[in-house]
Amino acid sequence: MKAVDFDYAQPATLDAALALLSRDDVMVRPVAGSQSLGPMLNLRLAQPELLVDITRIPELQAIRREGDRLVIGACVTHARLEDGDYPDVTRGVLPSVAAVIAYRAVRNRGTIGGSLAHADPAADWVNVLTALGAEVVIAGAGGRRTVPMTGFILGVFETDLQPGEIVAEIHVPALSERARWGYCKVCRKTGEFSHATGAVLIDPARGLWRCVAGATSGKPVVIDGPALFEGGCTEAAMAAHLAGSPAADDPIALRTHTVALKRAIAQVMS
Amino acid sequence: MAEVSTAGSGVGARVRRKEDDRLLRGRGRFVGDIALVGMKELAFVRSPVAHATITGIGIPEEHRGAVFTWADLAAGGVKPIRAVSGLPGFKVSEQPALADGKVRFVGEPVAVCVAASRAEAEDIAASVFVDYAELPVNSDMLEAVKPGAPKVHDHWPDNVFLETNVGGTIAEIAATAPVKVSRTIRTARQCMVPLEGKGVVVHWDRHVEQLVLTTSTQMPHIVRAGLSECLDLDQGLIRVVAPDVGGGFGWKGLLQPEEVVAAWIAMRLDRPVRWTEDRREHLVAAANAREHHYEITAYADERGRLLGVEADAWVDAGAYSVYPFSACLEAAQVGSILPGPYDFAHYRCRTFSVCTNKPPIVPYRGVARTGVCFAMEQMIDAVADAVGREPWQVRLENLVPPEKMPFDNVTRKHFDSGDYPESVRRAVAAIGLDGWRARQKAGEPDGRLIGVGFATCCEQSAHGTAVYHGWGIPMVPGHEQAQARITPDGGLELRVGVQSHGQSMETTFAQVAHEVLGIPLEKIKLVHGDTGLTPYSTGTWGSRSMVMAGGAVATACRTLAERLCRIGAHLMQAAGPEAVVLKDGAVTAGGAAVTVREIAHTWYRAPQLLPADVDRGGLEVTAGYKPGSDHGTFSYATHAVAVAVDPEIGQVEILDYVVVEDAGTMVNPMVVDGQIYGGVAQGVGTALYERMPYDAEGQPLASTFMDYLIPGFTEVPHVRIIHMLTPSPYTEFGVKGIGEGGAIAPPAALCNAINDALKPLGVIVTNAPMTPEVILSAIAGQRGTA
Repeated sequence: MKAVDFDYAQPATLDAALALLSRDDVMVRPVAGSQSLGPMLNLRLAQPELLVDITRIPELQAIRREGDRLVIGACVTHARLEDGDYPDVTRGVLPSVAAVIAYRAVRNRGTIGGSLAHADPAADWVNVLTALGAEVVIAGAGGRRTVPMTGFILGVFETDLQPGEIVAEIHVPALSERARWGYCKVCRKTGEFSHATGAVLIDPARGLWRCVAGATSGKPVVIDGPALFEGGCTEAAMAAHLAGSPAADDPIALRTHTVALKRAIAQVMS
Repeated sequence: MAEVSTAGSGVGARVRRKEDDRLLRGRGRFVGDIALVGMKELAFVRSPVAHATITGIGIPEEHRGAVFTWADLAAGGVKPIRAVSGLPGFKVSEQPALADGKVRFVGEPVAVCVAASRAEAEDIAASVFVDYAELPVNSDMLEAVKPGAPKVHDHWPDNVFLETNVGGTIAEIAATAPVKVSRTIRTARQCMVPLEGKGVVVHWDRHVEQLVLTTSTQMPHIVRAGLSECLDLDQGLIRVVAPDVGGGFGWKGLLQPEEVVAAWIAMRLDRPVRWTEDRREHLVAAANAREHHYEITAYADERGRLLGVEADAWVDAGAYSVYPFSACLEAAQVGSILPGPYDFAHYRCRTFSVCTNKPPIVPYRGVARTGVCFAMEQMIDAVADAVGREPWQVRLENLVPPEKMPFDNVTRKHFDSGDYPESVRRAVAAIGLDGWRARQKAGEPDGRLIGVGFATCCEQSAHGTAVYHGWGIPMVPGHEQAQARITPDGGLELRVGVQSHGQSMETTFAQVAHEVLGIPLEKIKLVHGDTGLTPYSTGTWGSRSMVMAGGAVATACRTLAERLCRIGAHLMQAAGPEAVVLKDGAVTAGGAAVTVREIAHTWYRAPQLLPADVDRGGLEVTAGYKPGSDHGTFSYATHAVAVAVDPEIGQVEILDYVVVEDAGTMVNPMVVDGQIYGGVAQGVGTALYERMPYDAEGQPLASTFMDYLIPGFTEVPHVRIIHMLTPSPYTEFGVKGIGEGGAIAPPAALCNAINDALKPLGVIVTNAPMTPEVILSAIAGQRGTA
């Protein structure tokens, strides 16, 4: 299938992009790597009248260290995060996770901000950045606001983004030297979307114990606190935490999510 | 018969493919690469519902001249596609190229839209409003055969295209057999997913006054015949050309409604038009293969020696009978091929070709054999389990022993040659069964379960005249013809009516010709896939091309060789043709030699030098060929696979995969290996990944590769191939067809391996694909849901 007829703009500055995105006389959508929106356009699931390409805006391409955090521009590609030309403050989380997103061809174009804005529950960044306690900087015509990941992802393909707003930056806090992390996703084939994701971070120096069950039928399920790591890490205990959550739609889904989480935790404990 | 050597570039040589220079550089010419001046693009309005009466079609006024429906085609004299079968009781379906008042599956073409670009044609399609009065749907074949099920074709008494009964009574064996095992077995509906989808460009060629249909097909001559019937146009007014074709697997072995529509539009508008199937159209409207259901019982003695098999089998044939193979080929084939190379005496099988609200079934690589092998090989393992023996031993003891060759099995299939038990022995050795059994015993540190599975399959190829006459479908293969022509500069042109779309015929037919004539491969040109340039052929299907067209090429080249010798002998003033030999591209007599090039020059450009009694047919021959047996050839293989099953998440990793196969004489072993690798990849898809799910309303639940999984290069195992080599006694050089076998055995071998792994848990899986959900459901003690 072919996309409907649409206009296309490629602004050079964020302000110019936001001005276009705030137009209310046409149906407008931002686009970055186009790895999700592209197929949606061709399947005519998305039929915008104006597409605003934000990948030529220099400030959305930057990665910089800012105190105890890494600031990643929304249009940084998965491939660049995989290749690691930046001060990684996450003890390998970013490059390791980036390397298992879909296929390299997708990673070459797909962006971290686009992935978050699309908010597919199975997406790697949706779950991993939640585990890392990252924050999302949202830009709109009215200015900027910062939202924690747990408040940004609201559901399946649902975020806190308001009309005219885009993701501008992702702030990832630096991990301490003793921090440990684990990541497990269950895919039937290489590059396929996950059916169950377990993302785990412990950073005792910062008082952090977090487990995330992702690729559910809702937003990521977050389990905070050391309980799951202190001898109580049984499948029954995990299943109890997940019961009633979007990870427990049916017995097989619950089982698979439990296993993904168990395996992620095992990486931390080993 | 020429002597077969494995050196050089003749039969048996591992020659690199001539076509690769073009194809691997992206310089092939496919339907999508063709641009004709003034060409319009087509987009189809397709039914979004599985079963409905069309109560109205609203076409916006501004697009009235760009949208056509069946009413327009019918007024223009277009007839529905009719693919009948002569088998008694077959019910005929009429498939209008665009829906005629009723739609019968999601994706059925309802109207066609014409515009300068595909995007604009889709815009128009989106503006066409069709009113559907929905009807109850047959989404499952087992429900569709029950009394009171909604009828797909109103004037039929039920939803069964054809019921067949094969074999006799088995009651006595059933009552007395020491061992009886029964299984319910199912394979899922699949798409064939060739790299290139279907596509067709049509224009009326004023110069020759012909309709030229350039189409992505495996059988141009059959498309011409079918088109002629639908359009009521003389075949002489139609030329069908297959350009480069990016894989077919059966999906391009039929007359497509879209081809009929495109042809009619091109004539009506007097404009070139093109339709290109996109991936979504393919996944939705062409989910058309493999869906079988078996209730099967095997009877055996205490050692596991088969005494008899009985089965009821259902094939979901979809809404219409496709041209030319018909809706009944697959199910009827199940009845006749289920026993395969097993030697047992008692058999009964009843089959149903069920009509449902799904796309019409089309024979996919392996056709019914993949399902049949899946069923039969599970039964061998089930019998082995019942008698407490290794499955490979029970398999080996039941297979026809070599001393019984040639062998007519219980359904009178004629197995030409081979040592089937030896293929099992070699597979057991090659996979290293003892090592896996030891590892199984020791257990895996990661908790996964190891399993080893075997499956033996046979592949009947080059099907004969009698059996197709028996089917009574629109196409019966007879003598295959090839034309061989020496060019004035001593090269060779071969013209064949089959069509190469991955089979490497540009190379392998050249090897055959080289074997006979000694002309270098680079001077041999294959012309194929064009009704205007090649002899009639039923086309490329059923692994027939090398046996049939290869045999015809050899035959034609032999006649050419005689004529070359006769002229050569004259030029050398030798005693006669019997005093000379044709070798390495030259006719020689003692120390004297005259090259093919010199002989060609003489015939074409210096005819004054020819003998008075020269054969006036010249250096151009059309020869026909049929193998010595009308039963075709049987290649066969035993597949062995070792897997690790993760019982926590239901995933299967293939740890090793061995194919021991016997293709008879291999014209080019690299090409044979390529066929096996590709076939196994598709078989792995059938086994573990591919399934088009339907809901109760007949809606296909996958429409992109996100939902319809196919194996990629990380999922396809490295396959180790071991060749056996038993020449067929009936064919040129002893070749056998080999195009499908790779895709036949993998689901069975993998199923047996997975069940071997699950044995400690006391559960089995019997349905393909064996997805994590199926395996976890089995482990959880639930019924598999796939």
